Amino acid sequence: MGILQGKNILVTGVLTDGSIAFHIAKIAQEEGANVVLTGFGRALSLTTRIAGRLPQPAPIIELDVTNQEHLDGLAAEVKKHVPHLDGVVHSIGFAPEAALGGNFLNTAWEDVSTAVHISAYSLKSLTMACRPTFKDGASVVGLDFDAQVAWPKYDWMGVAKAALESTSRYLARDLGAENVRINLVAAGPIRTMAAKSIPGFDEFEKVWNDRSPLEWDVTDPVPAAKAAVALLSDWFPKTTAEIIHVDGGLHGMGA
Amino acid sequence: MALSQADVLAGIKEIVEEVAGIPAASIEFDKNFTEDLEVDSLSMVEVVVACEERFGVKIPDEKVTDLATVGDAVNFIVNAAA
Ligand SMILES: NC(=O)c1ccc[n+]([C@@H]2O[C@H](COP(=O)([O-])OP(=O)(O)OC[C@H]3O[C@@H](n4cnc5c(N)ncnc54)[C@H](O)[C@@H]3O)[C@@H](O)[C@H]2O)c1
Repeated sequence: MGILQGKNILVTGVLTDGSIAFHIAKIAQEEGANVVLTGFGRALSLTTRIAGRLPQPAPIIELDVTNQEHLDGLAAEVKKHVPHLDGVVHSIGFAPEAALGGNFLNTAWEDVSTAVHISAYSLKSLTMACRPTFKDGASVVGLDFDAQVAWPKYDWMGVAKAALESTSRYLARDLGAENVRINLVAAGPIRTMAAKSIPGFDEFEKVWNDRSPLEWDVTDPVPAAKAAVALLSDWFPKTTAEIIHVDGGLHGMGA
Repeated sequence: MALSQADVLAGIKEIVEEVAGIPAASIEFDKNFTEDLEVDSLSMVEVVVACEERFGVKIPDEKVTDLATVGDAVNFIVNAAA
């Protein structure tokens, strides 16, 4: 029996078959979950095509996390496919070009606010939108990039990730009484669409090649996806407000 | 499965029209996806995925950047399917 046998999981963020979320959805299905996907705006048709590459068919709901109507209607849309949710995956990040790539000192607030809205505040919006569907013991998992330190080029996306980390702790505080767990997976660099839009992404590769105790493969989203699936399962029943690093151990190294 | 250049070109025209809303009639062998047809990176990814599905080939990420023109894509797919 799979570790997600019979669980209903909502997975956001499937864009290509390289997306971390695609691998979460795939492994979740392999572990017995019923997966419902969301797709975003113009990319909805791409998500629909990619969903065809999952082991089993998965329904797709349109969701732009900055669209209040989408958020308000999400629980009802979910219930068209599954009676309740046992887990939600937040695998969403975006920063405008001006907020990335070494322009930190000159980025305008508008660009910063877009990054924070889509990449951090949305963890709260998504969780609240799904709250009416939660069964006792629901698990919310988000994708993080370690925000304790400054990185080359990551700039305001790094600030947005710091906000995501903090948001997850406050959500854990406020939803703990409902037995809802909120955790993050802080992944090392993986060459996805989102990563390719970071100018200078190669520099991350270099950092990981030089400093990660475990060998790191930027083309392999599976380790991060496995950790997310583990957090969705019943095997972390008393873990919340936690950040699990799936970064080859780099976060623990001084040099 | 051997595919002819003409078949692949016809297929790509349909796909680019469907994905990016560019009339098939304006899509020709020597047109550049980005400069002439203004296919952006998101649409390009979808064109690639649709081509993989339709022609039963795999187009690796690192190859996609080499596919500047419609003809580049046609030739890649014809060779990959050969
Ligand atoms: N790739 C990496 O190196 C890496 C490392 C650590 C963490 N992460 C995080 O993993 C998550 C997934 O990214 P990925 O690397 O798989 O790339 P990806 O490009 O495949 O996924 C990003 C997703 O965000 C979605 N999105 C953007 N704006 C949205 C909006 N307004 N509403 C709804 N969805 C929206 C996109 O549709 C896409 O599916 C992100 O939070 C990212 O920051 C990525």
